[in-house]
Amino acid sequence: MQALTNRAKEVDRRQMTFLESIYLWNIFKGMIVTFKHLFKKRPTIQYPEQQRTFSPVFRGLHVLNRDEEGRERCTACGLCAVACPAEAITMEAAERLPGEENLYREEKYAARYEINMLRCIFCGLCEEACPKDAIYLSETFAPANYNRRGFVYGKQDLLIPNPKTEAPELAKAKGIH
Amino acid sequence: MFEEVGTTTEGDLIINLGPQHPATHGVLHLVITLNGEIIKKVEPHLGYIHRSIEKMTESLSYRQFIYVTSRMDYLSAHINNHACALCVEKALQLEVPQRAQYIRVIMDELTRIASHELWWGAMAMDLGAFTPFFHAFREREKINEIMEETCGARLTMNYMVPGGVMVDLHPDFQKKVKAFIQQYKAKIHEYDELVTGNIIFQNRMKGIGYLSAEDAISYGCTGPVARGSGVASDIRKIAPYDVYDKVEFDEVLQTEGDSFARYMIRIQEMHQSIKIIGQLIDTIPDGNFQAKTKAVIKLPKGEFYQRVETARGELGVYIVSEGAAQPYRIKYRSPGFSNLSALDHMVRGHKIGDLIAAMGTLDLVIPDIDR
Repeated sequence: MQALTNRAKEVDRRQMTFLESIYLWNIFKGMIVTFKHLFKKRPTIQYPEQQRTFSPVFRGLHVLNRDEEGRERCTACGLCAVACPAEAITMEAAERLPGEENLYREEKYAARYEINMLRCIFCGLCEEACPKDAIYLSETFAPANYNRRGFVYGKQDLLIPNPKTEAPELAKAKGIH
Repeated sequence: MFEEVGTTTEGDLIINLGPQHPATHGVLHLVITLNGEIIKKVEPHLGYIHRSIEKMTESLSYRQFIYVTSRMDYLSAHINNHACALCVEKALQLEVPQRAQYIRVIMDELTRIASHELWWGAMAMDLGAFTPFFHAFREREKINEIMEETCGARLTMNYMVPGGVMVDLHPDFQKKVKAFIQQYKAKIHEYDELVTGNIIFQNRMKGIGYLSAEDAISYGCTGPVARGSGVASDIRKIAPYDVYDKVEFDEVLQTEGDSFARYMIRIQEMHQSIKIIGQLIDTIPDGNFQAKTKAVIKLPKGEFYQRVETARGELGVYIVSEGAAQPYRIKYRSPGFSNLSALDHMVRGHKIGDLIAAMGTLDLVIPDIDR
């Protein structure tokens, strides 16, 4: 049928040559292509031993950030929970008491903070919504657990190690990424 | 509802292909009426992977609903997101920065190549050839790495936002894309050596699953399936979006209408995608990658439609807005559904092995058909 746009190009279908129409020759040719790859550099990597590095925008499992003095950044404003298309994030806010200034950066903090990793679709909208740079999608991925409850990450799973009191752990965690 | 496995009164055999069959690429269930080995009727049954995405969307905001469409046609997730973003921009009458338009089109074409690569490998595997699958994945992996570096994920890119793209390009992006084009050009001849020129392959494809141009139109086929029958249906040419009107490429057409024509269309389309990327990659303009939008996007009251060319055909997004922050109703016109409907017409009278070959050239993605 005539193309309506008149801009289309018809592809010619070339006739096979005699050499191509011999049955065995084609199998042999295919085998050559396959066997050549025995001597080429392997494009695969041995996954658990070797790991690829990821770019900073990679959207892996979430972490909750602390500031440089080790105080939690999250103020439990709930913007990430609202932005989440999968409704994976829940939190409970609490007010900072006098004497807790070294733990929480602002007057309000998240007493409970849960992300259901089974619901999460790793879209990165929580990271974009956060005004305090508190939630951040890290470069770790592929979580494993024995039960479904274990995939509901609480604050103890999400918070990064304190740079003041747990400096070695933080360095180790950063080294893995 | 379903016919049981057994024989009919005329002595025909009814068998079920799927929903757990490796050749159906997912949970497609075909009820096939056979006379000996000759197919008399093919009846697709859907609903095994229905997630009610359209209904779900009615409770999501215009920023959030884009990312659910990545789960429809997961092989061209980026193009699905593009369609949604374009539809919202059309409703808002938002001007998208040139840089974002260039990035979007390059990413679209990379996605199209990745999708066609996987189709090529999977279809060859349907026909019994195992090696092409690894060759296809080698090239596809390179695209996935480029995607991962810039978008942050390999399959569900989530790179589109209304008004542009989410983050700016990775500094290595242009270098890596050029390296990919080089690798692609060096390796593509292997595809032809392995599969295209193979007489066994050609005998299984030529003349199988014929679909005439009239039938392609009446079944609503789009994309490579329609173009294999000689129907010019490339949305990038008919209704260009973003910078597609600035690039030079050919709409590949074949008039034979058989499985081999559809195969050749996709192979040629990969070449055309490379051509498009080559034209754009050096001339990505500087500037913003995202237009300013309000935090809560509210579309004006009305109905909006936008169509794009995905790797499988025409994807339409139809939004009915009541002026709220969520769509009142949303409808996706997915290419796979119409293409699948032509399967019965294509394979009647063929043998059951030809059904697998013809189905392979339809490039079915079941979550796209079922949503």
